[in-house]
Amino acid sequence: MSGVNSELLASVAESATGVESSNLVAAAYLVSAVLFIVGMKRLTKVRTARAGNAYAAVAMFVAIAATLIDIGTVDYSWMIAGVVIGGAIGGIAAVRVPMTKMPEMVAIFNGFGGGSSALVALSVLWSSVIEPGASGSGADILGGAAATTLVLSVMIGALTMTGSVVAYLKLAEVISGNAILLAGRHVLNAVLLLGALGVGGYITVVAGTPMEIQNGVLAVTIASLLLGVFLVIPIGGADMPVVISLLNSYSGVAASATGFVLGNNLLIISGALVGAAGLILTQIMCVAMNRSLANVIFGGFGAEESGGGGGGGEYVNVTSAGAEEAAMMLEDAESVIFVPGYGLAVAQAQHAVRELASVLEGRGATVRYAIHPVAGRMPGHMNVLLAEADVPYEQLIEMDIINPEFKDTDVAIVIGANDVVNPAAEHDKTSPIYGMPILTVHEARMVFVIKRSLGAGFAGIKNELFEANNTNMVFGDAKKVITALTQELKAAD
Amino acid sequence: MMGPLLVGIYVFVLAMFVGFEIITKVPPTLHTPLMSGANAISGITIVGALHAAKTGDVTLSNMLGCAAIVFATVNVIGGFLVTDRMLEMFGKKKKK
Repeated sequence: MSGVNSELLASVAESATGVESSNLVAAAYLVSAVLFIVGMKRLTKVRTARAGNAYAAVAMFVAIAATLIDIGTVDYSWMIAGVVIGGAIGGIAAVRVPMTKMPEMVAIFNGFGGGSSALVALSVLWSSVIEPGASGSGADILGGAAATTLVLSVMIGALTMTGSVVAYLKLAEVISGNAILLAGRHVLNAVLLLGALGVGGYITVVAGTPMEIQNGVLAVTIASLLLGVFLVIPIGGADMPVVISLLNSYSGVAASATGFVLGNNLLIISGALVGAAGLILTQIMCVAMNRSLANVIFGGFGAEESGGGGGGGEYVNVTSAGAEEAAMMLEDAESVIFVPGYGLAVAQAQHAVRELASVLEGRGATVRYAIHPVAGRMPGHMNVLLAEADVPYEQLIEMDIINPEFKDTDVAIVIGANDVVNPAAEHDKTSPIYGMPILTVHEARMVFVIKRSLGAGFAGIKNELFEANNTNMVFGDAKKVITALTQELKAAD
Repeated sequence: MMGPLLVGIYVFVLAMFVGFEIITKVPPTLHTPLMSGANAISGITIVGALHAAKTGDVTLSNMLGCAAIVFATVNVIGGFLVTDRMLEMFGKKKKK
């Protein structure tokens, strides 16, 4: 990269086209923005998704090349150091990470995006205000709009970063995946948010010396970092799909805010696209849980409220079966639907399930998989997991399409899913999950629920499905149970 | 004549609408790739980060800029590659 004399390049381009290099850069940014939009659109269709991702990568390349032309010939030491280190980390992570670790990977990457935006904003503040020792408020030196968006960029970027780190730690089970509720957290969060905004306002209009601005921005940064931690800590594992989508959106909004600081439309556009994509996913996840975004973020669902609500208490009339018995009942099944949940990911049972499916298909059964939108820990978690085990994606059926099929299905096998198959959500108005769309597994002629014990699901409530007459509980580790089932079925041939 | 802030807000709002219009009806299979692809796109801050580290001096602003480049590059390289890996996996299934 350093070998390219970009100033020369720019002047060549200028003499060739007769336009100034700044116009060339602006035109290249437009090309880049259009490619991002087309790429994003293609990412939403299965057939074109891979090309869409490539379009976006090309857009990024164009943007970076144009930026280097814009910057001209400079000392590239810092740039090269940054690109080499970041490229190595990103490249190695992308190639090495197992598909089963995708939720963690996506979570931490959101954090990198947010962190980068905050760091750019801080760097601008240092290079144009603090290091030159300029006097006056942020607005005096940078202009009101740039100073204000700079503060917002630092805030959103910093809280996205620490929020993502906490999400990552929860997913990696370094810290408890359950909701961790701190007393007075709403007050604490309000104080941090208003404090950061207040000090941000102080930097923008009141502060008069570089020292005052520096201290102020440090306070804003620290408050925002803490806010990110405190916002995500109280959110439990099953709500992670919402949180990850939302942090994804924030990382885009942070990039947009940085675009405002730099007066760069490409950053504003691409950031807004990411922000929109994240918000749409967030909304899909919220609808799939029948909960508002506010309820997910502030609710602390499944922790303090879990004692209340209907449907608690001991299980009665539970029928359980061993693998051998279950295999016998599976022998004659002509249609089987697997219903995977987070437990499948925990037990790493996806390959075992795929093998069982092959055996069933070998016996002439049709096999499908019912995917609830919030099954797992991130949007699309089950799809990635099953794809990794070579399950054809045509067999993964969305909730709305598969639900009418259950009543004509011989056997539904629930693996590590709980609340998303609880019929109480349909009829029990006292249930905390009432109104949540569920997979109507109970309508199948026979249901197997593979589960370690009768423990409550994330919502902490009893699952009526487990007591249903057509349900057989198969207790044990999902992978072991499925493997045993497969062997029994093979032996029966 | 609009001020630069207002122009920026125009661009932001319109781009948001473009985003909402083009990303409707995402099949669940693509939820994760869309998210990680979007993630890579948010690495566009690398454009700002490069500007933030363009002198060779050992100053805090350059160090912050360099750190920003590291973060953004992780996003860009890691994000696009891992998204491609996932989509390749999905594509492979289709041929069967």
